[in-house]
This record gives sequence, structure tokens and C-alpha cells, in this order.
Amino acid sequence: MKHPLLAFLLLLALALPARAQDAISAALEGLGTGFNQTAEAVDRLGASGDPRALPLLRALNNGRLLRRADGTLLIRAEAGVTEALTGTPTEVAEATAVRLNNRVRVALRGALGRLQLLSPDQAERQAAAEAVFRSRSADNVPLLETALARETVPAIRARMALALAASRLMASNAADKLLGVTALGATASPEARAVLLEFRGANPDIAGQIDEAVAAIDQRLALRRAAETLFQGLSLGSVLLLAALGLAVTFGVMGVINMAHGEFVMLGAYTTFIVQEALRDIPALQPWSLPLAVPAAFLVTAACGAAMERGLIRHLYGRPLETLLMTFGVGMMIQQAVRLVFGAQNREIISPAWMQGTLMLPGDIAVTQNRLWILAFSLIVLGLTVAAIRFTRFGLEMRAVTQKRAIAASMGIRTGRVDALTFAFGSGIAGIAGVALSQIDNVSPNLGTGYIIDSFLVVVFGGVGSLAGTLVGAFGLGIINKMLEPWAGAVLAKVFVLVAVMLFIQRKPRGLFAQKGRAAEA
Amino acid sequence: MIHRMPITRRAALAGLGSVLAAPAIRPSFAQSAPIKVGVLHSLSGTMAISETALRDTVLMMVEAQNAAGGILGRRLEAVVVDPASNWPLFAEKARELLAVSKVDVTFGCWTSVSRKSVLPVFEELNGLLFYPVQYEGEEESKNIFYTGAAPNQQAIPAVEYLMSADGGEAKRIALLGTDYVYPRTTNRILRAFLNSKGISDADIMEEYTPFGHSDWQGIVSRVKRFAGEGKRTAIVSTINGDANVPFYRELGNQGIKAEDIPSVAFSVGEEELAGIDTRPLVGHLAAWNYFMSVDSPANTQFKTMWQAYIKNPRRVTNDPMEATFTGFKMWAQAVAKAGTTAVDPVRTAIIGQKVDAPCGYTEEMHANHHLSKPVMIGEIQADGQFNIVWKTPTAIPAENWSPFIPENANRRRG
Repeated sequence: MKHPLLAFLLLLALALPARAQDAISAALEGLGTGFNQTAEAVDRLGASGDPRALPLLRALNNGRLLRRADGTLLIRAEAGVTEALTGTPTEVAEATAVRLNNRVRVALRGALGRLQLLSPDQAERQAAAEAVFRSRSADNVPLLETALARETVPAIRARMALALAASRLMASNAADKLLGVTALGATASPEARAVLLEFRGANPDIAGQIDEAVAAIDQRLALRRAAETLFQGLSLGSVLLLAALGLAVTFGVMGVINMAHGEFVMLGAYTTFIVQEALRDIPALQPWSLPLAVPAAFLVTAACGAAMERGLIRHLYGRPLETLLMTFGVGMMIQQAVRLVFGAQNREIISPAWMQGTLMLPGDIAVTQNRLWILAFSLIVLGLTVAAIRFTRFGLEMRAVTQKRAIAASMGIRTGRVDALTFAFGSGIAGIAGVALSQIDNVSPNLGTGYIIDSFLVVVFGGVGSLAGTLVGAFGLGIINKMLEPWAGAVLAKVFVLVAVMLFIQRKPRGLFAQKGRAAEA
Repeated sequence: MIHRMPITRRAALAGLGSVLAAPAIRPSFAQSAPIKVGVLHSLSGTMAISETALRDTVLMMVEAQNAAGGILGRRLEAVVVDPASNWPLFAEKARELLAVSKVDVTFGCWTSVSRKSVLPVFEELNGLLFYPVQYEGEEESKNIFYTGAAPNQQAIPAVEYLMSADGGEAKRIALLGTDYVYPRTTNRILRAFLNSKGISDADIMEEYTPFGHSDWQGIVSRVKRFAGEGKRTAIVSTINGDANVPFYRELGNQGIKAEDIPSVAFSVGEEELAGIDTRPLVGHLAAWNYFMSVDSPANTQFKTMWQAYIKNPRRVTNDPMEATFTGFKMWAQAVAKAGTTAVDPVRTAIIGQKVDAPCGYTEEMHANHHLSKPVMIGEIQADGQFNIVWKTPTAIPAENWSPFIPENANRRRG
């Protein structure tokens, strides 16, 4: 009695892997021969649930799956090349990487999503929930229900619930569909909205319920969209603030029209590039290249500013037209010099990982990391500038000299030295702005030209000589620009802002925060 | 600069005689007047990023042609001027090349606005210009040869691809461009084309930005919202110059993946990608008639030649460079066939010339002064190169007068 059963079990044990082998081989049929065949094979692998499919699909996703002319698939890893199905080490000879296109990537995302939904790794589950939401198939409903029951992380649970609702839409019975519509309508997700709208065309019978759900989502989204526009305006404002702050010192406080201001910004950006290249060989310091570039850029541009003030500008005080022409000429010379040294090509500044991607604020407001950092950075630089002018000896002397030069001189202040330091200070701030701008703009010799007009605009609009005016002017212009953009377009929005500022200056020539009293006459 | 003495006919004959007398040795060009090749590309200003490489390509071709014995036994001499990305200056420099330097042929221009600026000069002084960049069409001049793509060789096939199963079956298209003649005309053609394919104006979004635009957050989030209306959406980008870098960075930062909203660009090549971290962009597309990754013997030769000339084994090649290369070869063949560099005979001789181009196809100059070209769609790879995912089986002739621009459609020639 025992023997036949044992024999049967043994047979079964031998046969099972062989059958599984057949199943996966069948699923793999055509993989790597053409994009369509690859996509179909990926779909089959995702549906198979075979544990060997996962490493294979991951390898395909990372471009590490190779195919020999005879059809064998290989996986390339750090350690070497192995055969995809058996895992035996082999030679890479005659194998080419399996190519992907977007159709294959879509299939791949869905298949990987299915296979990773129950993965022990949290990040993988998150990605899987996202992927299954996008691929939307009624087949995934039971799998998602299991995964949802097991899941403990709230963010992933929410994502899975969304995916489940979206997958239910694909079901054949009406009750399930309605369940999905209600669940999606209860969210505040633009993706859910898109899914509902897509679904609407194919299901006219429940169009009413769908419209209600979409309207409910829209209501929840309106506030978020307003918040996002506000953030974009603040972000543009922070860029304007950074670019204008140095000018607020050199033009606002000293009254020097410095047309080379934009070039100092550009020099700051190139200093960032030099610091990055210098630290390339020191891996430990690499993530710090951007913070280290800040003092470096300040010193470099401050030195340039001091040299320019001592060498040229001081001979032209009280002659604004000559100063304008001379600084314009110096700006062009700096630009050409940089072009000669670094070439006309843009230089690549690598963004550190903490500045990439999107951050989700409470209420699902999406803000891009780099813009957020620049916003914070611009406020810090503004704070430091205000502090330097208000609370330091240098700031006191600077204010004294700009208000009444003769009295300041008679009190024993070396006015010439203060002039040089003030100009260097303003130029240094421009250099710091360059470090920040290198993260969002191209580092090219003409980087600065784009900012010079905007900087003057902000300073004049805010009120010459007033840092508070610069702050309000920068953010005000930024927000107005971004509010106009959606209906006027980027080009017209800028025109409107320029016209508005012109009209405003006609009414209030001294800007938003006009200086009063004795300082105004200086 | 040394002023060259005019060469008398007797001296020229003597020179010819000496060449004929010594056929076995390398031709010495010393006594015949050189053929002058004008180079009219911006070496400074906002277009320098793209055009500098084209100047180098022409110089490379001149050097190679001289090493191979010149043309008609005459040495080639390049005359380089810098129109500095300044459109009116292009016309002045063109006049200088034709009237003062008396060049036999000119290779130059990138933006359509610069080409429009020099066109009257070349027609007035009967010059010869080879224009190597894809453009919006709607133009034909007896003095210009267009070696880049017309819209039917780039824009329209690219949009057709986006609407195909492989490209993601897009039903909604966002047309983003820089604000000048090329993007506006191309998008006008594309809008008419999309309408003819049943895509209504409600499903087309069109936005323009100035040259060098860097704040893309508003536009990219509007595209995201546009895509969230329940139909598959794709981006068609005619953004030019270095504004592309912050644009793609914003796409990456806002998490727009090619699987969800693919984008196809008409002015982004290997050279432009050199300044960006391309990892977040894998899968986004570009349409050209040549990619550096093309696997053909002619391309291997072209790449080796370029990297040896520029002395940098990592420098990339791109489509306008290939168009310059092909245009130069066509011109050289035409001069050899005509037996002279005079504009009129060369203009006739060049029609029907064929060149085995680096794109892997034989390109032919047609009577409409445009080349037949293959169309290729490439996906951006993590290493900044393109993976060709689709291409036409043959080189297709250009339709420089688009059937989608009603007032010009009847100007088409055969």
C-alpha cells in the first residue's frame, strides 16, 4: 500500500518542476524578438505568478537581461552572467541586451506590480500598488484584497485601496463597478479623476454617478491647485529675490547701476561647477559640494566686485550714465572670458539626491524639492543680509556712508574702504544666487543676461534702498506672474507684468516701500 | 590677414600644367586658386551651444577633402564668420562672405529665423547655401539646399508614432514650443494633421515660451492636469536651444514618466542631452533622421572621423552634423560632376546626386532642393544616447510644401 503511494509522490515531485519549467518556458516564448512579443511575454510572466519570473523581470527592467541568438536568456549582475532560468554561471558571448520601448515598459510595470504586491520590502509594495493602479485589471481584484488585508503602512494601504477601486471598474458586474466609482469619488486624487473620466466613455449607463464622483473630486482639488499655484509663484519669487538681493545692495543702497550684476550671478554658478569638479575625486565630500560652493562663490564674486569697485567704479561716482556703460562693457568681457575658458557649451551641475523629485506636503500638495530648497535658501540669504546691515559694525558704517558721506568721513570712517566692501558684499550675494540658480537653470556664459532685467524690475518696484521692498516686490511679481500664466501663456504673462510695473512706477516712482526722510534725499 | 593676389589665367594654366606633368605624386595645390567654403554658424550667443559643432564639422570635411586631393585638383579653404546668434547680423555676414570673401559655397544657419534673414542675400548675389537643420518647410529657393528634414520627414511621422499602439495610442496632444517661426508653423501643420485624424481642438493644448525659458513648473503641471482628463496624452516638443534642459529636469522632478505621458522632441539630440542627467528621462522620445547609435558602416566611419578630428573620443555626433556631412559630400560630388564651382552648373549637377549617408540609407537630392531621408524615433537612454525604436523602411522624399497648410498646398511640385 505504502510503496505505490511513495512512488506516486516521487513521480509527482519529479514531474512538477518539469511542468513548471515548461510553463515558464512557454511564457517566455518570444521575449526579446520584438517589442510586441516581449510585451506579451511580460504579460504572461506577470500572470504566471512564478517566483522565477520576478528576478527575470527586474533584470529586464534594469537593462540587465540578455538574449543569445539561440533564445537563451541571461541575467547580468555584478558577480557575472548567469542563465536566467537555471541560475548557472555562463559566458556573455554573443548575447545582446533585450531592448525596451514604452509599450514593454507599461507591461513590465504591471507585471512587476502584480508580483511585488506582497513583497516584504515596503518601497517595492508602494511601487507595486502604484503600478497595479495604473495597469487596472479586474484580475487583480482578489490579489489586491489579500494585499490590502495584510498591509499595515497607511500610505500604502491608501494606494492599494485606490488601485482596488480602479480595478473594480474593470469588473463585468455593475455592482462592483459602482463600488469602484464610489470609492474613487471619495478621494482627492487627480489620477482617480482621470480614471473615472476614461471609464465614463465606455459606461454611459452610470454616467450620472461618475459625474457626481468627478465633481466631488474637483471640489477637493480646487484648494490644492490654488495652493500649488501659490507655491509656484513663491518659487519664482524666491528666484527673483535671490537675483535681486545683491542688486538691492549695490543699486539700492549705493546707487551704482551695475549692469554686470548678472555676470556675477553667472560667475557664482561657474564657481559651483568648479567646486563640484574639484571634489569629484573625494567621494566623502561629494554630497557637500553644493553647500561648500556657497562660501566659495561668495568669496570669488566678492573679490571680483571689490576689484571692479576699486579699479573702475569709484572713478565714476556721480556719473550714472558712464557707470552704466562701463559696467555693461565689463559684463560682456566677463561673459566672453568665461566662454573662452569654459567653452560655449552648458556645464552640467549634478543635483544632490535631496534636491530631486517631489515632496508631498500635508493635503497632498506636490512641491518639487529643488524649488522648495531654493525658497528656503533665499529667505536665509535675505535674513543674513538684513542682519549684516542692521547689526554689524560694517552695516552701521555702510548706512552712515550712504546717508551722509561727509559726516561719516568726519567721524573717522574710511568711506572708500566701506564703498569697496559694500560693493563686494552685494556682488558676493549675487554669487550666492548663482549657486542656487545653477540648480534650476543652465550654467552657460549667458546665464546672467536673463536675470538682469528682472532684478532691476524687482528693486525698482519694491522701492530703491528697501530690502523689505525687494522681498515684497520679488514675491509679489512672482505670484502675479504665475497667476496670469495659465490663461495668458508664459510670454504674455511676462508682458502683462512689465506693463503693470510700468504703470505702477508712473503712479509711485519710488516703488512700494518708498524711503522717507533724510535717507531719501541722499 | 594676408591679401591674396588675383591669379592670372597664365598662372592658372601653368599650375594646371604642373599638375598634369606630375600625375604620380600627390597633387600640389600651390598654384591654383583655392575653392572657398563659407561657414556661417553662430559661435557665440544663445545658439552657440548647437552651432559650434557644425562649424567644426565643416572644417573637418574641408580638411578631409584636402587630404584626399581637394576637388578638381584645387585646394579647399574655409572662411569662418561669426553671426553671433543675431539674426540681422546673419544677413550682413552672408553678404560679406559672398561679396567680399567671394566664397563658392556656404554651409550655415540653424534657426529658421536666421535662414529667412540670409535668403534674400543669397538670391540677390546668386550664392549657394546648404542648410543642415530640420525645419518647418513652406520654403523653396533656387539658392538654398535643405539637407535637414521637412515636416513630413520628422514631425508628422513622430506624431503618427505617438498615436500608434507602440507609441501609446495618444488621443490628446500637448504642443509645447519656443516662440518663433519654426515651432509656430510646425504646430500649425500638426494641428491640421491631428484634426484630419479625428483629434478635435479640445484635445490639443498649445503653449509657447521665450528662448532660454527656465521656469517650467507652471507649464508642466498644466500638462499634467491636461493629461488627467481620461484620455492617453503625449507631449510634442518643439522647444529649442538650452531651454530644454530645465524643461526635462522639471519633467523628471514632477515625476512624469514616459510610460504615462511620453514626449517626443524635434530639436533635442545627443549634443543637447550632454548637459542633463538623463536617468529620469529614459523612454522619452526624439524624432530625427539620424542618431549616433545607428549601426551602419558609414556611421562608424563618420563617428571615428569626427572623434579623431575633434581629438575627444567621447564627443557625440548628431543629426544636423550628419546633414552637414551629407550636404558637403553632395556638393563635392556635384562640383566634380559639373567640373566647376560656378553656382548655376553646380545647382543643376547636384540634382539626383546620391550619398551613402551615415544614417544607413542612400539619400538623394531631389529637384525641390530637399533630400530623401529615413525617419527614426529614438528613446532616450540612461547614457544620453538614443535607442532606435522605430524607423521607416526606406528614405522618403520631402514635402516642403505641406498639404496641411491650405494656402501653400497647391505650390507643391512633383
